[in-house]
Amino acid sequence: MDLKRRDFLKIIGLSTGSGLLGWVGTANAYVTKPDPHDSAAMLVDTTRCVGCRTCEMVCAEVNNLPEPALLGDESIFEQKRTTETYAHTVVNRYPNPTGEPVYVKTQCRHCNEPACASACLVKAMEKTPEGPVVYHEERCMGCRYCMVACPFYIPKFEWSKAVPAVRKCIFCFERQKEGLEPACAENCPAEALKFGKRKELLEIARTRIYQNPDQYIHHIYGEHEVGGTGWLYLSNIPFEQLGFRMDLGTRPYPEFTKGFLTAVPLVLLIWPALLGGVYAFTNQREQMNNTEKAVSPIKKEV
Amino acid sequence: MAEYIQYPEKIYTPHLWIREKFLMGMSLSAYIKKQFTPFNVVAGLILLVGLPFIALRFSQGLAAVTNANSDYPWGFILSFGLFAGVPLAAGGYVLASTVYLFGLKQYHPLLRPAILTGFLGYFFAVVYLLIDLGRPWRLPYPMFIYYGPASVLFLVAWHVALYLSVQFLEFCPAIFEWLGTERFRRWAMRITIGATIFGVILSTLHQSALGALFLLAPGKLHPLWYSPLIPVFFFISSIFAGLSVVIAESTLSSRFFKDKADYHYLASLDNLTLGLGKAASVVLFTYFGLEVIGVAHGNHWALLGTPFGYWFLIEILMFVLLPCFLFAFGTQKKKVGLVRFTAFLTITGIIFNRLTVVLIALNWNLPHHEIPYWKEFVIVLTIITIHLLTFRWIVNRMPVLREHPDYKGM
Ligand code: SF4
Ligand code: SF4
Repeated sequence: MDLKRRDFLKIIGLSTGSGLLGWVGTANAYVTKPDPHDSAAMLVDTTRCVGCRTCEMVCAEVNNLPEPALLGDESIFEQKRTTETYAHTVVNRYPNPTGEPVYVKTQCRHCNEPACASACLVKAMEKTPEGPVVYHEERCMGCRYCMVACPFYIPKFEWSKAVPAVRKCIFCFERQKEGLEPACAENCPAEALKFGKRKELLEIARTRIYQNPDQYIHHIYGEHEVGGTGWLYLSNIPFEQLGFRMDLGTRPYPEFTKGFLTAVPLVLLIWPALLGGVYAFTNQREQMNNTEKAVSPIKKEV
Repeated sequence: MAEYIQYPEKIYTPHLWIREKFLMGMSLSAYIKKQFTPFNVVAGLILLVGLPFIALRFSQGLAAVTNANSDYPWGFILSFGLFAGVPLAAGGYVLASTVYLFGLKQYHPLLRPAILTGFLGYFFAVVYLLIDLGRPWRLPYPMFIYYGPASVLFLVAWHVALYLSVQFLEFCPAIFEWLGTERFRRWAMRITIGATIFGVILSTLHQSALGALFLLAPGKLHPLWYSPLIPVFFFISSIFAGLSVVIAESTLSSRFFKDKADYHYLASLDNLTLGLGKAASVVLFTYFGLEVIGVAHGNHWALLGTPFGYWFLIEILMFVLLPCFLFAFGTQKKKVGLVRFTAFLTITGIIFNRLTVVLIALNWNLPHHEIPYWKEFVIVLTIITIHLLTFRWIVNRMPVLREHPDYKGM
C-alpha cells in the first residue's frame, strides 16, 4: 500500500476540518434559551382544583380531539390516567390522608431547558422564546427519542397510524400569539390555573405560601426541578403523594449530554493525529524491514 | 474444489457475462434448480410469513406488529437491529485498523470478510431503523433539511450515514475485481488508508454516541447501567463485539463457503483466530475494569443485592469475565475450538447487554414492563434471513474469502 504523505495529510485535514466545522460551533447552542423570568408560565394550585375536568374538555375542543370519556362521572378517577395522543391533559385524583382528595392536572411542563428539544435531531420539538415548547409535525421523523428523554413521560406517539406523529400539549401557542390565555386557564371555574409570566407567578405562589403557611407544602414544584419548568405546582400534601418524582434533580437535562457533545470535536481533532502517527510509525518500520530484507535476501522472514 | 468463475482474458458475450457474474457459471435453468436446498426452503418460508408483517407495519402503523408503547418508545426491533446490530458490525473498523494502521499484515485474509460483514451490518441496522421510524422517508431530514446538532441522535445519524459510505468504499475493490474493472479498482485501493482512519474516527464517535443517547434519561435508566461512562462502555464493548463477530463469521464461512475460500485463507485461519481471541480477552478485561469503576463511581454496591443487581452480575460475570478468561485460556492452550465458542458467547453477551439497556433497565421503575409481541421476533428473523442471503450472494460471487488471482498480495 503506498500512499503519498501529501495525500495522507490531505485526508486528515479534510476529515478533521469538516467535522470541526460541523460541531464546534453548535455543541453548546443546544436550545434557544429564553429568559425564564419573562416566559409564559402557569401556576397550578392543586388546593383549589375541584376535579371538574373542564380543562380536559376545552383542551379537546381547541385541539380538535375527541371529547374526554365519562365527563361528570367520578368513576373516571378510579384509575390513574396519563396523557395520550388524543388527550393532551388529564386530571387525576389522589387520596389525602388528612382531608379532601387532591386533584392534579397533568400536561407538558414546558421546561425551561427541555429534554425533548435537546433530544430531537430535526428540531421538531422546539422551545420558543416566548416559553411554550412546540412541535413541528412537518419535521418529525418519528424516532421517539423525545419520549425517551422527557422526564415527565409527556410526548405520546400515534402507534396505530401509518403516518404517525407525536402529540403533546403546546401551551395553546397559537392562542397565546393572539393575546389569548390557554383554553384550560381561561375556562377553569375554580381559579386553580393562573396564567402569566413565570417571575410573577413565582411571586404569587410564594405569597400564597407565606400567607397560608399551614395550607401549603413549602415547595413550588417546577421552580427548580430539571432546571425549572414553565408549569408550577402548589400542594397541601407532599408532592410524592401526588405521584410527582422527587429525584429528578435541578440540573437542566441538556447538560447531561453537553459534556459528550463537547468531547466530539476533541476526538475529531486528536484521533486523526494519533492514528496518523501510528500509521506513520508502522509504515516506517515496515520500510526499514524491507530495506533490510533487500540488503540480505537470505535473511529469514519473521 | 469447484471454481465457477474463470478470470483469464476472455471475450465475453453479454450472455456469458451474466452467466459468469450472476449465475455462478451455470445456465439459468441449472441455477434455478440449484436453489432448492433445505436452507433456501426454510428461508423462503420465513420471508413468506415475515414480509407481510412488514407490509402490515407500513399500512397499519407500528401497533399492528409491535408491543412498543409510549412508556417503551424503543421496542425489540430497534434495540436488536440498531443497538445490538451496530456494535456487532464493528469488525470492519477493528480489522481495518489492525491491518492498515497497526501494520499486522498477517490478518489480511480476514479483512475483506470483516469489511463485508461490517458493511452489511450497518446496512441492515438502517433497514431495522427504517422499519421502526414513524416516517422513514424522512431519513434524509437531519442530513439535508432540518439540523438538530444539539442532539446526540443527530450525531449518530450523520456518522452512521458517513460510515456506511466509507465501508462501501472500502469494499469497492472487491466489487471492481469481480467486475474486472481494473482502473476503478486501483482508484478505490488508493483511498484505503484515508478511509480506514476516517472510519475509525466515525466509529469511535457513533459507537459511543449510541451509549450517550441514554445520558438524557438519568431518571429512567437503572443506576447500575446509567453512568457518565456509558459512552465509553459502548465504545469499548464494540471492539470485542467486532473481534468476536470476525471469529464467528470466519468459523461459519470456512464451513459453509469452503469452496469459495482459497488455501491461504483456510490455512491461516486457526492462528489468526487465536490472535483475535487474545486481543478480545484483553479488551474484555479492560471493559470489566471499567464496569467496576462505574459501579464504584456511583457507589452502587448495595444495588448489587437487588434483582436488577443479580441481572447486572449475570451480565458482568457470565458475559464479560467468563469470556475474558475463556479467550485467555483458549489462546494460551491453543484451543481454537474454545476460542470460537467463546466468540459466540461474547456475541450473546453484547446482545444481552444492549437489550438490557434499552428494554429492561430503561424505565425499570415503572410498574409494568413491556414484553415484545411475537410478530416483532418474526420481523427480526425476516431481516436476519435477508441479511444472510445477501451475504451468501456476495461471497458466492465476489473475491471475499479468497484473493483474486490477478491481484494476489495487494
Ligand atoms: S415536560 Fe417533557 S415534553 Fe414537555 S417540555 Fe419538558 S421535556 Fe419536553
Ligand atoms: S419523534 Fe419527532 S419530535 Fe421526537 S425526537 Fe424524533 S423527530 Fe424529534
